Amino acid sequence: MESALTLNHFLLVSGILFAIGLAGVLLRRNLIVIFMCLELMLSAANLTLVAFSRFRLEDGQPTYDGHVLLFFIITVAAAEVAVGLAIIVALFRSRETTDVTKVNTMKY
Amino acid sequence: MDVNTLTWTVLLLPLLVATAILLGLKRWSGLSALLSTGSAFITLVCCALLAGAGEGETKSFPWIDLGAHFRVDIGFLVDNLSRGMMLIVTSVGFLVHLFSIAYMKDDQGKSRYFAGLSLFMFSMTGIVLSDNFVMMFIFWELVGVSSYILIGHWYEKESAADAAKKAFLTNRIGDFGFMIGILLVWILTGSIFFEEIEAAVGGITNMTLLNAAMLCVFCGAIGKSAQLPLHVWLPDAMEGPTPVSALIHAATMVAAGVFMLARVIFLIEATEFAAHFIAWTGAVTALVAALMALQQNDIKRILAYSTLSQLGYMVMAQGIGTPAGSDAGMFHLYTHAFFKALLFLGSGAVIYACHHQQDIWKMGGLRRKMPITFWTFALGTAALIAVPFTSGFWSKELILEEALHEGLTGPYVLAIIVAFLTPFYMTRLVIVAFFGKGRTDDADHAREVGPVMWIPLALLAFMAVFSAYKPITEPLLASGYGSFSHLVEHFGLTAILSLLGLVVGVAGAFLLYRGRDRDPVHIPLFARRFYLDELYIGLVRLFQDGVAAFLDIVDRYIVDPLVARLPALSAMAAGQILRVFQIGNVQVYAYFFGAAVLALVFYLIL
Repeated sequence: MESALTLNHFLLVSGILFAIGLAGVLLRRNLIVIFMCLELMLSAANLTLVAFSRFRLEDGQPTYDGHVLLFFIITVAAAEVAVGLAIIVALFRSRETTDVTKVNTMKY
Repeated sequence: MDVNTLTWTVLLLPLLVATAILLGLKRWSGLSALLSTGSAFITLVCCALLAGAGEGETKSFPWIDLGAHFRVDIGFLVDNLSRGMMLIVTSVGFLVHLFSIAYMKDDQGKSRYFAGLSLFMFSMTGIVLSDNFVMMFIFWELVGVSSYILIGHWYEKESAADAAKKAFLTNRIGDFGFMIGILLVWILTGSIFFEEIEAAVGGITNMTLLNAAMLCVFCGAIGKSAQLPLHVWLPDAMEGPTPVSALIHAATMVAAGVFMLARVIFLIEATEFAAHFIAWTGAVTALVAALMALQQNDIKRILAYSTLSQLGYMVMAQGIGTPAGSDAGMFHLYTHAFFKALLFLGSGAVIYACHHQQDIWKMGGLRRKMPITFWTFALGTAALIAVPFTSGFWSKELILEEALHEGLTGPYVLAIIVAFLTPFYMTRLVIVAFFGKGRTDDADHAREVGPVMWIPLALLAFMAVFSAYKPITEPLLASGYGSFSHLVEHFGLTAILSLLGLVVGVAGAFLLYRGRDRDPVHIPLFARRFYLDELYIGLVRLFQDGVAAFLDIVDRYIVDPLVARLPALSAMAAGQILRVFQIGNVQVYAYFFGAAVLALVFYLIL
């Protein structure tokens, strides 16, 4: 079976995902959206990892080490999300807003 | 017991007692006093046995061993000189311990006091018995420490604490010279052992360096024996308890300088300039101290100045630079130890009876109230002013005779003048304090002291009169000391002059001070001690202020800008720049972060 998908396709998707995520982080004001965009960037990075892993041939055979590693990353990311969401909840409780431009008291 | 056991016992027993008292027995002050006095008695017995034991080997052990060139032993040199000195130290020491039991009866720090005394006995023994310069130097410093502890015994009194500090610091000046002197001697002879130095001293060709070495060594004696110009600490040291003044600041420790000079008399013999310098220093000290003593009113201070004066005699005797002169000096040290300890303990008894009144003009009439003290004190005075046939007479004549014989005319003349002054100020002291009628209530209510105090006085009085006579000197002190028979044969100029001095001095003081209630003569120059203390304080202040002003400039204009202001300024500037970036918007931070990562990647890859 001849696959039309090459490494470049994966990297392109990953790059687009990362750019969308970055733009979201830098431009959006809602903290939850920023947080989701951050996750998007993480996923883009993960996609790159898996793609490189899949296309690395050892003795003519693909390896799956990256895939295994990915599961660990996802697990840890889930924990990290829990922490991040908790911070957002705490912030909302004290400020009653999730707009980052309103959270700007720590400056000179 | 053999010589080795005796020597080690004499050295280590007082240390053991001092340690035991300080570590465990502090609470039982009576037991401490008893132990300390007991150890003093045992060492006295040991020294008496040692004097009779004759020659014998003592064990020493190497302490620092750096091969052939430098080795320091803890070892002993037991010869006539050290045996004689040990007898003085332990006998006076024992009597002072005994006297202290009564004198310090109600003192809060009694245990500490006796521990200090035992520590002193240990250190003094170390000086006297050591067979090399370095060990002597270490014990030299140890007596300094114990003297410091004992002068400052009543440390809550500011003047006592100051006096202790002054004594220690003044001694340090001399000791620094002493240390350099030891090194110079080692450079010259390659050894620090007295016997090896003596053997090597003939081969020294560099006389300049030898003179310098001897002068530096003499610095140690200037400090410890309180010669001019470092004499200022001794009168102040009278702030300590009176028995301490008797033991340390009259009989033994201050004589350590003289002893050390006698130990290295072969070096003094080999030099000419240094020897003359030593003789002149001694003579000038004797004269200046006697002049100062004329106008003092504190009973202990008068005695302190007379000690200075007598130490001047002894140092002068060492400066004659002959074995006979050295022996004469040691002989005077030996007689002086007894009669001066007697005078100090006597003054202690007076002070004790007059409720710690020390001003002689506030005493008076004590002759009838304290007859034993008076008579023993009078005998001590007689020995000090060299009344014929007392011990002090023989020893002083011997020094003067020897100085004249060796052609030291200058110091001789000064010493003769002192022989006129000493009877004068001592008679003044006795007349004012003991004769007439009481001038204050303290003096009126004085009562004779108890037997624990007057027994030592009586024993010392016996020694003050008879210690120079053959039956006593011969078994105790071997060759040299007793060799004054030629005096009787050469009854000449010296004897006539000093007898004249005695008569004139006593008669003058008698006429001037009999029945007076106030000092009829007032010479501020002498009373203020030639303004030397003021001069020193001024010099120290000037020097200190100068250094302080200089350091102030350095601190203010160099250290401060470089070390304090410059870093502060740069930190502040960095802060001013960096605070611009703190704008409070989290997305801008993220932007900075991303831009920085990009820049880093750009930098690393391209």
